[in-house]
Amino acid sequence: MTLAREAPPLVPTGQPDEWLPTVGEGPTNFGWWGMVLFIAVEATVFALLLASYFYLRFRSGPVWPPDGIESPKLKLALVMSAILWSSSLPVHLAHGAIKRGEQRKLRTYLALGFLLGATFLLLQGAVEYPDIVRHEFTPRTDAYGSMFFTITGLHGAHVVVGLLMNAWVQLRAWQGAFDRYRHVSVGNFVLYWHFVDVVWVFVLATLYLSPHL
Amino acid sequence: MATVITGAASPERLEEAWHETPGLGSFLTTVDHKRIGKRYLYTGLLFLVIGGIESLVMRIQLTHSNLHVVDPETYNQLFSMHGVTMMFLFATPVLSGFGNYLVPLMIGARDMAFPRLNALGYWVFLAAGLFLYSSFVVHRLPDAGWFNYTPLSDSVYTPGPNIDFYALGLIFVGISTTAGSINFIVTILKMRAPGMSLDRMPIFVWGELAMALTVVFALPALTLANVMLELERRAGFHFFAPAGGGQPLLWQHLFWIFGHPEVYLVVLPALGIASAIIPTFCRRPMIGYTYIVLAEMAIAVIGFGVWVHHMFAVGLPTIGLGFISLTSFLVVIPSGVQIFAWLATMWAGKPVLRTPMLFVIGFIILFVIGGLSGPMLAAVPLDQQVTDSYFVVAHFHYVLVGGAMFPIFAGIYFWAPKMTGRLLHEGWGKVSFWLMFVGFNALFFPMHILGLRGQPRRTYTYQAGQGWDFLNLVETIGAFVLALGILVTFVNWVWSAKRGEPAGHDPWRGESLEWATTSPPAEYNFENIPTVRSREPMWDQPELGPHGQPPEAGGRGLGGGHNTLGTSLLEAEPEVVVPMPHESPWPLLLTVALAAVFVGLLIREWVFWAVAAVATAISVAGWFWPRGETQET
Repeated sequence: MTLAREAPPLVPTGQPDEWLPTVGEGPTNFGWWGMVLFIAVEATVFALLLASYFYLRFRSGPVWPPDGIESPKLKLALVMSAILWSSSLPVHLAHGAIKRGEQRKLRTYLALGFLLGATFLLLQGAVEYPDIVRHEFTPRTDAYGSMFFTITGLHGAHVVVGLLMNAWVQLRAWQGAFDRYRHVSVGNFVLYWHFVDVVWVFVLATLYLSPHL
Repeated sequence: MATVITGAASPERLEEAWHETPGLGSFLTTVDHKRIGKRYLYTGLLFLVIGGIESLVMRIQLTHSNLHVVDPETYNQLFSMHGVTMMFLFATPVLSGFGNYLVPLMIGARDMAFPRLNALGYWVFLAAGLFLYSSFVVHRLPDAGWFNYTPLSDSVYTPGPNIDFYALGLIFVGISTTAGSINFIVTILKMRAPGMSLDRMPIFVWGELAMALTVVFALPALTLANVMLELERRAGFHFFAPAGGGQPLLWQHLFWIFGHPEVYLVVLPALGIASAIIPTFCRRPMIGYTYIVLAEMAIAVIGFGVWVHHMFAVGLPTIGLGFISLTSFLVVIPSGVQIFAWLATMWAGKPVLRTPMLFVIGFIILFVIGGLSGPMLAAVPLDQQVTDSYFVVAHFHYVLVGGAMFPIFAGIYFWAPKMTGRLLHEGWGKVSFWLMFVGFNALFFPMHILGLRGQPRRTYTYQAGQGWDFLNLVETIGAFVLALGILVTFVNWVWSAKRGEPAGHDPWRGESLEWATTSPPAEYNFENIPTVRSREPMWDQPELGPHGQPPEAGGRGLGGGHNTLGTSLLEAEPEVVVPMPHESPWPLLLTVALAAVFVGLLIREWVFWAVAAVATAISVAGWFWPRGETQET
């Protein structure tokens, strides 16, 4: 038995001298598995979407982007990327904090992660999209435009969901729902948020960098 | 000093913790995997009747040349909805139903890992089925075939809402299938009774696991394709229409990247049903357990590498066709491994020909015939000759109806006694089998010949003098005989549920844990979570019975609370005692909100849609709002 470690309230199982915790950490928790599999589904969606982008690209003419559209501008995209990726750090620290039972740090780091994610979204929705739509192309221009907005839009939708999850965990944290043993929701949000950041690596490489090759 | 056991369970305490008061309240809020499993079964079989009636109308239309029972437009809607219904609303849900009911019982758990998600899965499946069939009310059923190729399905060639029902309906039902699959995977990996290491897991459970894993990686392709199609049809995006730089073939690739694994995910759990029934009726353990399990997994994996064989006639580069042809031939090997393992088990045992076994033997024969036309179609030159002919129709009905529906009926005769406590009538069961078997072959075998003679699929009639009339008449007669056989089983089931011979807890002397519960099982399934020491626990552990396993033999009562046991992935060692969620109204409310979202998208009432979206968000919040200590904390 490895029950000597500090653990949440143990309950008897009905076997002699066997007591088990009521909350699991990581892979011993059903919720963790649920989130991992949900991420597997979402990752498959993105993989297929990016593959569709390349399918359309390689079946179109020699020039990409087509129809006189310029290759995507990189400056803003790279700034946005840096902001989004940097949000993974406070989120990671938030998880570590609650594992040690530090409520205040949990809330602060969550808020910081929220702020960075929201900034990314704001730059995308209020600066990048309007600029592209006004001067370059819309989703209705051609397949390139459709793909660009579908892929970045789907990623943006995932950022929105991540922010909602962040806000939910923040709310629950204020209610004192989490302690060093019970924080499955925090862990699941952290997993999801890292996933959203990792997907952006592939989105950036595909949509923004590959046309420059 | 005697060892003190704390945490023993008693039926009274468990009854109190798990009881759902009968009535409308618990009907709408239940999270009991057994009630949900039965609902999947009944609803799925209702859709079998609907899809079956559609096929009978088609058969009447084709009985003779130049008939005009239905017009071409109706005929298009009939074959489209027949395919959609049988794949998404009958086969997948019924096999999920068996899984829902049986997996927790077979692995010795008290419920599924996510009971409320389970309830959501059923409600969404029901709502999506109603959504798809609401197109019937406005006479705008989907009419571009179950694989719905573009450009036929784009807004230029099908301007009505037919295809929007299809695309939105399948996205909707996909939510149910995905949720159910995630639930199966976590349940199977993390809730097996102590001692049930992966190599002791029943093959049926392996089949459900293979199905669920396939869904996780295949279904996103269908959902994505339909989202793209709707964006193109309704919002002016360009993905498939060449005019805006799209590619029609992109739809075909995405559809079949999903579609072929979909075919296998219908067959995989059905193969599992066969593997559950054969040892019981041969009175010996399955020969080649490991090889069968590896074969099931191999089929699931190879299924992702064969999609282009649906596109052999499209005009793709030859080198790609060669590769896909090869992988398609490869499927024969794991399929053959299973068939030989079943035959060897029958050869070495003493087969008892009760109705479930009869259906399994019928299944093996039909599956082998379908398995012979499979490799023929995997050969590119032959496929290019017979593509879109009745030869293809014959092939996939042999593997899907023979390979999935016959095991499903075997499963009904085998497990309905566990659900109702009463055996089905044996004599009528045999009548049903022979009607179905003879009717099936009269219906589908001639299609091979007609296909080779050139009769194309999906045409609503044909000219006289082609030599097709007689065999088409035979097929139509066969269709009605098959339908009669199915009807006999339904009547038998309903009649037996009240008047059948009492089954007792273990009528077949089966080998897996579902027979260690009462028939029907108590709401908590097991008084004590058993400790498993064998691949056939019911044969090797005499202490297992309807009253569970006593603590001295390894049973864990978990204090008799509303909880179950979480165990490790490979060896199933106890890790955690998981409190389970109680009945909840939120799965149903969330389903209603989601249905409103899809209706809003369909009718393009954006205020309505926005209200529905807010209701969805509120339902999700209500779902996760803490009440007591559950695993979501």
